[in-house]
Amino acid sequence: MRRRLKCKRRRGLRPLLHLRFRYAKARYMIKFQNITKIYPPNTVALNDVSFEVEPKEFVCLVGKSGAGKTTLLKLLLAEEKPTSGRIFFDDQDVQKIKSGHLPQLRRKIGAVFQDYKLLPSKTAYENIAYAMEVIGASDSEIARDVAEILDIVGLTERTHNFPVQLSGGEKQRVVIARALIHRPEVILADEPTGNLDPYHALDIIRLLLKINEFGTTIILSTHNKEIINSLGKRTITLHEGKMIRDEKIGRFIL
Amino acid sequence: MFTLIKRIFRSGWQSLTRNGGMIAANIFIMTMAISVITSLFLFKDVSQFLISSIQEKVDVSVYFKYETAEEDVLKVKEEINKIPEVKEVNYVPKEEALKRFTEKHGDNPILMESLAEVGINPFLASLGIKAFRAQQYEAVVSFLEKPQFNSLIEKIDYHERKPVIESIYSLTSNFDRAGIVFSIILALVAILVAFNTIRLSIYNSREEIKIQRLVGASNWFIRGPFLVQGAICGFFAALICLSLFALLTWGLNSKAEVLFPGLGLFGFFVSSFWLILLIQLLTGIILGIISSLIAVKRYLRV
Repeated sequence: MRRRLKCKRRRGLRPLLHLRFRYAKARYMIKFQNITKIYPPNTVALNDVSFEVEPKEFVCLVGKSGAGKTTLLKLLLAEEKPTSGRIFFDDQDVQKIKSGHLPQLRRKIGAVFQDYKLLPSKTAYENIAYAMEVIGASDSEIARDVAEILDIVGLTERTHNFPVQLSGGEKQRVVIARALIHRPEVILADEPTGNLDPYHALDIIRLLLKINEFGTTIILSTHNKEIINSLGKRTITLHEGKMIRDEKIGRFIL
Repeated sequence: MFTLIKRIFRSGWQSLTRNGGMIAANIFIMTMAISVITSLFLFKDVSQFLISSIQEKVDVSVYFKYETAEEDVLKVKEEINKIPEVKEVNYVPKEEALKRFTEKHGDNPILMESLAEVGINPFLASLGIKAFRAQQYEAVVSFLEKPQFNSLIEKIDYHERKPVIESIYSLTSNFDRAGIVFSIILALVAILVAFNTIRLSIYNSREEIKIQRLVGASNWFIRGPFLVQGAICGFFAALICLSLFALLTWGLNSKAEVLFPGLGLFGFFVSSFWLILLIQLLTGIILGIISSLIAVKRYLRV
């Protein structure tokens, strides 16, 4: 029974992952250059952090809570501005993008927020569909893809529930579905397994790996030791706002 | 483009049905604002009517000497009619004056007895003159005080009436001016209150707006549903207001008629129905859209 379910899931995944291979010209896709972020009056969230992410890479960010992982992702989404330093996305200086053009940047990024950020007045289905409505997908595409992704994250029965009616883990899976649905170039996953039981956590990590295989860049922030150690992917360790380690095959050391 | 607009409308309508309580409050406050503006419009008409009906009562009478022939009086009437400031001239012959007197005082035996004592009709023929404005009576009277009329005219009652005429005119014109100032202030207050209510209800959605920005929605895609909501609220408020006024003017019609004869409240309403409808719809929809536009703007900065 379970195997059949998985088979179905895998089959379901295929049409969704038609991801393109068109980053060849840029050496890097995302570049953090001497990023410092100070929250007034004197909380240093990030201190001179620099690294690059290549296209199709899978990067893990680890660190204790408060190490600056979420801040880093917020800066990339241009939700906040760095105190100093520059961030490049596809050769574009993120801080120089005008407010009116930010949507174009954000549509290339699928973000899994730690605090979900689901629209409270929309159902699970509508929340996921919203990411597609925003890019102007047709109604038939939306109907097809959303039903499919709800099946992939195992929330078909929760289709018409509002966020308040969902458990933490269910909300988290809705957020993941919303981040994937519009086939972004990068997925920023901020603690995507934080509220999931080990079974679902593993499923989500497998899903991310699968998407990465098809060519989507993944930045995964987590403090789950087992996941990092079993993944064996590039790992950047942050400690009190400083980057203390950047290893090709990462282990969880704090 | 078409799908986008369709989605904006659908989303606006959806949040309308899901936030019933808040929307009801918005509609209620907007109904108040539109009512104030509509009643100012009606008030302007009614006060105009009252002012003109008061001014209608003002006139100056010229009494002719007892022995003046009727054709002489009519000649003077012709002359007066030629003065551009004169609105109308009414000729009241002696017999008419007597008739009016007996009608008015017929039940007063002392007056009637003394009238019978006199034996003849003691009343004088007169001309009632109405000018367009109070200041113009002066000119009319000075025209009549020329020596050529001296032999015909017994008296002009302008000088004893002058203070009354002038105070009525200054009162009504002041009333008109004060009404306009008061109306503008009241309308502003009503608009501000409605604007603030809408702003508060959008303040509740500030997190949602931020999330929509982060998910990559363009500003118009976020704004759209709020504008649709504002417009729909305004539309419903206007309809409620319209039926409210129809009921109110219809109900008060007979009472107002008793107080001020000739004043048909419901008639006013019916005759300017389309104008009122237009004013209400425009106020409602524009108020809703502009308030939403301004309120959403500050949360789009993410």
